[in-house]
Amino acid sequence: MDNVKETVLSILNDLTGEDFSDRLDENLYDSALLDSMGTVQLLLDLQDKLGVNAPISEFNRSEWNTPAKIIAKAEALK
Amino acid sequence: MKWYIPYGNPTYFILLAVALIPLMLGLLYGRRFRWYQTLISLFFLILTFGGPNWRTGISLVCYFIYQVALVSAYFHYRRRKDSPNKGWVFVLAVILAILPLVIVKVTPAIEAGRQSIIGFLGISYITFKVVQTIMETRDGYIKDYHPVVFSQFLLFFPTISSGPIDRYRRFVSDYEKVPAQKDYLNLVQTGVRYVFLGFLYKFILAYYFGSILMPRVQFGALMAHGFSWYIVGYMYAYSMDLFFDFAGYSLFAVGISYLMGIKTPMNFNQPFKSKNIKDFWNRWHMTLSFWFRDYIFMRLVFFLMKHKVFKSRITTANVCYIVNMLIMGFWHGETWFYILYGLLHGCALVVNDTWLRYKKKHQERIPHNKFTELLAIFITFNFVCFTFLIFSGFLNTLFFEPGKLR
Repeated sequence: MDNVKETVLSILNDLTGEDFSDRLDENLYDSALLDSMGTVQLLLDLQDKLGVNAPISEFNRSEWNTPAKIIAKAEALK
Repeated sequence: MKWYIPYGNPTYFILLAVALIPLMLGLLYGRRFRWYQTLISLFFLILTFGGPNWRTGISLVCYFIYQVALVSAYFHYRRRKDSPNKGWVFVLAVILAILPLVIVKVTPAIEAGRQSIIGFLGISYITFKVVQTIMETRDGYIKDYHPVVFSQFLLFFPTISSGPIDRYRRFVSDYEKVPAQKDYLNLVQTGVRYVFLGFLYKFILAYYFGSILMPRVQFGALMAHGFSWYIVGYMYAYSMDLFFDFAGYSLFAVGISYLMGIKTPMNFNQPFKSKNIKDFWNRWHMTLSFWFRDYIFMRLVFFLMKHKVFKSRITTANVCYIVNMLIMGFWHGETWFYILYGLLHGCALVVNDTWLRYKKKHQERIPHNKFTELLAIFITFNFVCFTFLIFSGFLNTLFFEPGKLR
């Protein structure tokens, strides 16, 4: 479980250059840290590193907008 | 017999107000009268597509049967046990879905302006809904599909002519439930406010810019033969007319949806105060630009990055911006000014990203304050108005076909 969390946080760190380990509920879209490009990269990295197959339709800005939610989704889809 | 453009005149609004009362009373007391909603939907569709327009009505019916059959067939293919989910079946389904629209868009270009007989008011907007449903079915995200509910979604009459473009899953979740009384009262309050704001936008402001100011500057520009300040005047008058007319229409469509307990998404969010072009597309005709973002841009980016077509992420993004906006241009129509409009916006998105990267890199040296923000808004606004001038086709009429001006 913690493995998923660490991987997601490291992906987000690579994408945004920020460490979210103590800001799990920050909205990534409101702060403009993640855009459409970043989102696609995120989905591809989740596929590569965790084997999580999340199609773009599954991706929904209101359900995937904080690190905590992304971790929860990744764990559920794994 | 007459026919009515949706929200076009007072009679339409009076009919709407009367027809909605039973539905609204039902919703207030926790019931959604689906048969009644279907009945008034048919009535308002006949108002628009009947009478002297009956030919387009027949086109609509044929188109509608075709699309429901297509989506139902694709859904059954995908929901079958061990569905092979072949890429070519998906591509074929999408091609079949957009084929009628393509014919309608291409016909005037190859037949000297003649309109295709299979066209009808709002065909684009139904096509967007169909394609979206097919794509989400492919991804396995639409699990409950019912042809009747899907028909309600496609033919939802408040948004039939020009959107906003709703999403199937979102629509169904509203359609299948009744909001709590407190929430519904809030919806009604907001809905009524939107409709009245729509009156201000469409029948006062758009009327002033479109029917009073625009003909004057148009006449001036024509008399000046060639470049004149009148063209600049036309640019602003047209841009204001375009905004207030479309935003006014959208407010009606959203407001009426709210009265029916359906939270159709908003289409505009103060677009003229955008700080850059990306910000603009997050505020202007939002349901269209989000449709393009989710079903063209992101999917193309995903595809190109997955297959590592370009080495750099930046190149991938730039190519996708241009392709995305060009498709939007072609969607508007096969004329040089629509296509140029799309191309300009694609390039603007590329320039915008490049500038933002540069700015981030040289943060210490580039000032950021109230004044630079105002400057950014000013530049964005004027660029947008300039692209609207191209989009209007006025330059085409002025320089290439002056005889066509009334």
